[in-house]
Amino acid sequence: MKIPSQIATLLAGILLTLLSLWYGYNHHLLPIAASAEADLIDDLFNVMMTIGTGIFILVQGSLLWVIFRYRRKPDDDSDAKYIHGNIPLEIVWTAIPAMVVLALSIYSFDIYEQMGGLNPMDHGSHLASAHDATHHDMTLADSVPRSEPGAAIAAPLAALPESTTALADATVGATTTAVPTPAPSATQDSVVINVNGLQFAWLFNYEGTEITAGELHVPVGRDVRLNISAMDVLHAFWVPEFRVKQDAIPGRTVSLRFLPTKVGEYPVICAELCGAYHGVMKTKVVVEPEEAFQAWLTSQQVASRPEQDPPMQQAIALHPAHLSDADYLAPYAQKLGITVEHIQSIQAMQQMPESNL
Amino acid sequence: MTILTPLPDNTQPTDHPPTSNWRKYFSFSHDHKVIGIQYLVTSFLFYLIGGALAAAVRTELATPASDVVSPELYNSLFTLHGTVMIFLWIVPATAGFINYLVPLMIGARDMAFPRLNALAFWIIPPAGVLLMASFFVTGGAAGAGWTSYPPLSTMSPKAGELIWILSVLLLGSSSILGAVNFVVTIWKMRHPKMGWNDMPLVCWASLATGVLILLSTPVLAGALILLSFDLIVGTAFFNPTGGGDPIVYQHMFWFYSHPAVYIMILPVFGMISEIIPVHARKPIFGYRAIAYSSLAICFLGLIVWAHHMFTSGTPPWLRMFFMFATMVIAVPTGIKVFSWVATLWGGKLNLNSALFFAMGFVSMFVIGGISGVMLAAVPFDIHVHDTYFVVAHFHYVLFGGSVFGIYAGVYHWFPKMTGRMMNETLGKIHFALTFIGFNLTFLPMHKLGLDGMNRRIAEYDPKYATINMICTIGTYLLAVSTFPFLINAVWSWIKGEKALANPWKGLTLEWSTSSPPPEENFEEEPVILCHPYAYGKRPQVAPPSNLDAGATSLST
Repeated sequence: MKIPSQIATLLAGILLTLLSLWYGYNHHLLPIAASAEADLIDDLFNVMMTIGTGIFILVQGSLLWVIFRYRRKPDDDSDAKYIHGNIPLEIVWTAIPAMVVLALSIYSFDIYEQMGGLNPMDHGSHLASAHDATHHDMTLADSVPRSEPGAAIAAPLAALPESTTALADATVGATTTAVPTPAPSATQDSVVINVNGLQFAWLFNYEGTEITAGELHVPVGRDVRLNISAMDVLHAFWVPEFRVKQDAIPGRTVSLRFLPTKVGEYPVICAELCGAYHGVMKTKVVVEPEEAFQAWLTSQQVASRPEQDPPMQQAIALHPAHLSDADYLAPYAQKLGITVEHIQSIQAMQQMPESNL
Repeated sequence: MTILTPLPDNTQPTDHPPTSNWRKYFSFSHDHKVIGIQYLVTSFLFYLIGGALAAAVRTELATPASDVVSPELYNSLFTLHGTVMIFLWIVPATAGFINYLVPLMIGARDMAFPRLNALAFWIIPPAGVLLMASFFVTGGAAGAGWTSYPPLSTMSPKAGELIWILSVLLLGSSSILGAVNFVVTIWKMRHPKMGWNDMPLVCWASLATGVLILLSTPVLAGALILLSFDLIVGTAFFNPTGGGDPIVYQHMFWFYSHPAVYIMILPVFGMISEIIPVHARKPIFGYRAIAYSSLAICFLGLIVWAHHMFTSGTPPWLRMFFMFATMVIAVPTGIKVFSWVATLWGGKLNLNSALFFAMGFVSMFVIGGISGVMLAAVPFDIHVHDTYFVVAHFHYVLFGGSVFGIYAGVYHWFPKMTGRMMNETLGKIHFALTFIGFNLTFLPMHKLGLDGMNRRIAEYDPKYATINMICTIGTYLLAVSTFPFLINAVWSWIKGEKALANPWKGLTLEWSTSSPPPEENFEEEPVILCHPYAYGKRPQVAPPSNLDAGATSLST
């Protein structure tokens, strides 16, 4: 008794769906999700993985099937049947993928919106640079280019509103003046941190304080906003467990927000090629309860010194690549309230394989 | 469009024409067949170099520590690996196939501009040698990635970076010259009886490729010229210190380099559409859908470049537009994949190396396509951008896609090009090793990227050591897999079994002339008997004595 082909097809379809759903939600490919955004993105990924698994099984299964089912018999020299198309079938397999990608686009759009990627955030703060007074609604990653000639590549060191920074530039070697950038107004419940990428370290300056640290501490359950910039080349701030990434672009300040939800230590990785030691440009983000976070802030406050020095005016007309990290960082050290030793200790820390990362 | 005419004699191998000595391959020959083979052989040599660079990169990555080469050299290795594989292997290799096949398939005597064609080829070897020589200049070769983003690229050692720019500019120029030729040849040189919809699909794909090259490559040239000014003259086009903007470079770069991936895959789509029907003995399923989807990909390929910049300085609304455009590309490519599978379905598969590679192509390309749609989704891309997930994705479409397709093309057209058959056993060994090595190398990389391993790093977190070791083993297997192919190609070319004019019983015009074809391609005016894919439908032929084995009798 042969099973009618329609029923066999239906059964195969059901099996395919079940397999895809099972794998789509049990692939164990992603690291733990430690932020609210991560949960959203993982949902999206699981849906895409389900669809992808279905397509994968369908196509690879068909290919394997034809290899065994339709191989030429050794004695058969004739051609196969003359079938050169089937309009309804072609419409179906054009329409289904079109609808799938449309649905995925809308779903991704929705996820992106939920991540705060499109809409002004509730408290509607603005990011306005000294020159660029246009109103910008804050988004997941909203960048404000400072496009005037002479605009400096410098972190918006809000803690040092009067600062001027010289930037080592391989081509020009000119002294440039930093533009003080009023940072976005922090809301009561969000932590605002100025993130500065430089070869090959991350510096985190806590808004409204003198604190500049080599590792990022954030309280769990509170909105974190990073104002990301770079001093020399492109970098990218990435925390895999948060599923957020944003390039740090010289000459711009780009904002990134996320909501950490799990206490723990996670790696902060530079994801954009930034030079020979790009691979070791790592630090960690410590997500801790509010009290611990405040305690850490206090301990840092004691450690750091308020800036006393006059603004540094010298230019480094040297090729940064020819300098050791320590030499390269020296001009910035006082300004940022950190010491060369501090940086070296950060790097030493990064180079130690850490079991918890 | 049926004309009564004898088919070529397919019972006796033709003798090699007297011109077939090796010296012509080192001359400024205007013959498109010579140029096609020059392209293919040259690019294959660079493929081996690029593969050696890849093996060096993977050797470094076998262990978590940076212990094999210096970090600067490591950056140069992957930079040049990418550059060589794109500009000196896949682009020229597909150009070689287009050069060889298109005039033959449309019944032309040569390309539209034979001298220009020779010039386009002869730009490549010096540019390639120049690029390789940059390893030996002060400061080493370029190390800012094949994307060469400023400000890093303008801060790199200048000599290597400048040579890189110059070399890529030359290769881009060669590509443009070739594209002018493809478009004009297909437009103007078709057989008088061949309408647009009677063209073999390689021609459609080549047309789309040519248009893409002409529209996008000049933009890369612009970007690189501005970059070289920033590098040597001290201008500030991309230098934020002087009011420039590094993001502008990214836009200009990707305006070419995204279409570049379609430039690399479209000709292969055409070749696969050619190979599958011949070996499945069945017409291509949905000829027009495949032909027009190439044009759709050509158009869409031009409006998706910013999906490489989702985490860069791209405004949110723009991210959404590019996400949608990128997703839409899955539709025409999906049409092609389904059509290929439908062509195979119900065929009579002649399972030889060419078909294995063609099916391997479909299989691998689908995996790359699935991860491609995932990457199009902005929220997910933000997580995996610049990670090994992306590396896995583009190797699945460019290695599992383009390279498998090129191999399929070599196995399929080798008899036509050389007049000799390739060895099937070695071909199957080659396929098995390549297929296994390839998947072993790149499948685990998806996991690495999702888990948090970023690209372009010489040392990584020890927790990724096991998977990286697997990838490295796969790479060595891939390196080994080229040997059966090399032995096969060289030995068959010299000593292989003589090929008939039409060993696969194909219906396109290149099979209607001798193998290898004579100087002007056709002894007499070629005659179109039927649609190029009318397998299973008997072409009308006159005296039964001259029948092609595929055609059984006169049908009216």
